[in-house]
Amino acid sequence: MTPKPVQLRTPLGEEVLALNAGDHVELSGLVYTARDEAHLRMQKEGIPFDPKGAVIYHCGPVIQDKRVVAAGPTTSARMNELSGFLIDKGVRALIGKGGMGTRVLGQLKNKGVYLAFTGGCAALAADRMSLKGVFFEVLGMAEAVWVIELDRLPLVVGIDSHGNDIFGEVSKHAEAEFGRYRKS
Amino acid sequence: MKSTDQTRIHKALAEATFEAYKSAVIRLPPDVLRVIEQAAAAETNPVARGEFANILQNITMAGKLGVPMCQDTGVPVIYLTIPPDVPLTQELYNAVAEGVRRATKEVPLRPNVVDPITRHNTNDNTGLGMPAIHVKPGEKFTVTVLPKGAGAENMSRIGMLLPSQVGQIEKFVVETVYLAGSRPCPPIVIGVGIGGTFDGAAALAKEALLQPLDQMTEYERGILASVNRLGIGPMGLGGDTTALAVKVKTAGCHTASLPVAVNIQCWANRHATVEVKR
Repeated sequence: MTPKPVQLRTPLGEEVLALNAGDHVELSGLVYTARDEAHLRMQKEGIPFDPKGAVIYHCGPVIQDKRVVAAGPTTSARMNELSGFLIDKGVRALIGKGGMGTRVLGQLKNKGVYLAFTGGCAALAADRMSLKGVFFEVLGMAEAVWVIELDRLPLVVGIDSHGNDIFGEVSKHAEAEFGRYRKS
Repeated sequence: MKSTDQTRIHKALAEATFEAYKSAVIRLPPDVLRVIEQAAAAETNPVARGEFANILQNITMAGKLGVPMCQDTGVPVIYLTIPPDVPLTQELYNAVAEGVRRATKEVPLRPNVVDPITRHNTNDNTGLGMPAIHVKPGEKFTVTVLPKGAGAENMSRIGMLLPSQVGQIEKFVVETVYLAGSRPCPPIVIGVGIGGTFDGAAALAKEALLQPLDQMTEYERGILASVNRLGIGPMGLGGDTTALAVKVKTAGCHTASLPVAVNIQCWANRHATVEVKR
């Protein structure tokens, strides 16, 4: 059976440094959605919320009547080159799907973690979320920074602060396995 | 047939398309749910077990709340079966588009259809050649909606193999899954079209996704086992289950050709069929 998930609440502090890749966590508290456009905007104009201990969610939600209708994760790799400044300013966790590159792995060292959320789980996500506010609404529904309160969102530590990366390990294994065909 | 009959048929077809679309994005077909549950029960990797728990809970929540199970509600791929007494007219196509527009507004669906060059969004999930409608003759008048999301569709591939490379088909499928990695939201369903023509193989691969996933041939099981040895696992986090099923469809082809198409589908192998009431 899966061990009991670690309970986390924002703003996050040094407790994230104790997490290991593969740990299940349940996150409560405020998160800020951000995709490509929001990252570019924050780089240029500054972060519109207190980044200390904050959590970024790679997500373009469907919002209707000030309610979160569907909010699954988007592919995090698109933000590989855009996340360093957030971590430098105190962001402790990034949530998304598919993992991130070695650059982010280095940036998270001794600072924070990458939390994977299951792709396509929009209904489950919406059930655990309530909308609290928005920044950069002019960017449109998918790209705006939505402030969302989570109630025990089930996540897994994909990259920890010690340099362990589940996605990287899995890719290496898949490459070795496919290598057998290359020889054939 | 009288024109009032025709109008009634078109209304009924639009209604059936709406119902099928709504049902497809909210509830998975029983065979798809069964293979997910079986794989979840057999999975040994603790991280993968957590991913399966989320997927199964998400499916339950979508049904309970009556909302789409994924925010990518796809583009409309439609299969129509037309009985002998229903004439195949432009109005039939228009009726399907009408059902798609209604589903977009009322379910609601995310408006995903854009012009391929200007990227202008039509905001109603229709456009030139969209919905994609495939027609075949039959006894019953039915409409099947297969909403296809982009994450998995983008990882699909077609190869014009050599006739001497029949033994390399498995490698081509495994390579496609290897290149896709975590991006198509595994555990995936793999539709394979073998033979026909360049375009025909791709159509076969997509149609293969509609076949019952819990009935596989020995050939399909063999490919599935090879794919699962990659160990990519649910969401690329590792595990026993990279794919839930492989379904193959074949067609006759040129003696000098071997087209092979691989259509990747995410765990949400959404489709629904509704009989047109007339």
